[in-house]
Amino acid sequence: MKHLFSAIFVMASLFGAQTASATDFNVRIINLSNGIFYTPFLVAAHPDGTALFTTGQPASASLQAMAEGGDISGLVTDLQGLGATIAQDPAGGLLAPASETNVDLNTDGTANVLLSVVAMLLPTNDAFAGLNAVTIPTEPGTYVFDVPAYDAGTEANDELITGGGAPGAAGIPADPGGLGGTGGTGAAVADANATVHIHRGTLGDLDPNAGTSDLDSSVHRWLNPVIRVVVTVR
Amino acid sequence: MRAIPIIGLAALVLAACDSSNNNRNNQGPPPPPPPPPAMASFDVTVTNLTNAQPASPIAVIAHQDGYAVFTIGSAATVGLETLAEGGDNSVLIGEADADANVFSTGSGAAPIGPAGSETVTIDVLESDLANLQISVSTMLVNTNDAISGLNGVDVSGLAEGDTWTGRAIVYDAGTELNTELAAEIPGPAGGGEGFNAARNDRADLVAMHPGVISQDDGLVASALTGQHRFDNPALMVRIERTD
Repeated sequence: MKHLFSAIFVMASLFGAQTASATDFNVRIINLSNGIFYTPFLVAAHPDGTALFTTGQPASASLQAMAEGGDISGLVTDLQGLGATIAQDPAGGLLAPASETNVDLNTDGTANVLLSVVAMLLPTNDAFAGLNAVTIPTEPGTYVFDVPAYDAGTEANDELITGGGAPGAAGIPADPGGLGGTGGTGAAVADANATVHIHRGTLGDLDPNAGTSDLDSSVHRWLNPVIRVVVTVR
Repeated sequence: MRAIPIIGLAALVLAACDSSNNNRNNQGPPPPPPPPPAMASFDVTVTNLTNAQPASPIAVIAHQDGYAVFTIGSAATVGLETLAEGGDNSVLIGEADADANVFSTGSGAAPIGPAGSETVTIDVLESDLANLQISVSTMLVNTNDAISGLNGVDVSGLAEGDTWTGRAIVYDAGTELNTELAAEIPGPAGGGEGFNAARNDRADLVAMHPGVISQDDGLVASALTGQHRFDNPALMVRIERTD
């Protein structure tokens, strides 16, 4: 581990001058969590001055679709408009707890100097892991980024497994691990912060048939970081 | 301490050669004894950042690629399980000592309480510096099987007097279900059992710890209170090359 950065820390130094240069690199994504699955990841290298989201700003419609339902097609269209280098769904579906995937990217001949990696956490209402526009290192080596979970700020964290995955539809779209419950009354109303922010975590409860939440507090909680991204520059 | 016996053996062989040389020729002063191998020394200081989670005596392992205390998504070794469930680092250190990729090991003398810290000094051959990594591991004892520490910090670039500082997050060894029952928590909040060879977590693999729930958050049978909850990071680790 040559460099261990917090993604948040890296964010602070994003706006320095970048130089376009070809980079051939591998992006390895490790699901660190105990009970959380990820929807298909979007891995993208994109130009300086661009980002998929900004904390403190409302989510774009495309980010909302990813965070609420795991749909990355809108973000892909946005990125294609920027000439981004894109890899979709390297895991070939859901990424299970404590498992990993990886994909190669090559930014040769592009101005794509920033890297972003996003996917939705399941089962949640609108939580997503986000490595947000970090500078792609150009010196060969291995670079480790520990990535937190964000709340898109677009949906109440009611923690009810309803199948609601479309943007604006309430509820959690799916519970891939099958360890959630039913009959919850709703764990929360709308977020106090309707912009993208660090997720406050899942509450859950210990009653599979009632209570406020359909999630299980002994299974579906997490502490940051939720994924580890290892970038190997060749 | 893998490399030390090899050096000892080399010195012995040299001494034997000298002796036969002297018997044959019996002239000239005896050559000086070979110089002791050049060593580098590191002070590893661990500070407990938690509210009410004592950290068991730390294990400090100096190694190169090819050894890891654990891998996310893989089952814990029995040594890690023994540490994670009962705070006993001896089996983990024994496993490390038997690993060809480990240079040396060290242990803290006692648990590190919240706000406390301890420094463990570890020595390696200068010839091992080029590939040197340091790992640190400890149990948060008021849990079923939570561990914290760092895996393979690259300290090959540290010059004498340099320091590296990082923070450690909390992992779940995956060897014991997080019941939070007093009978299964070895720390002062429970006083219960430590290591048990049975593995009964939902999945037998190391991953991030989701945190403890506690009786104050609805887990009625929990021996833990809100005081025992933790968040990341749990430890600060400072590595200083002193020699």
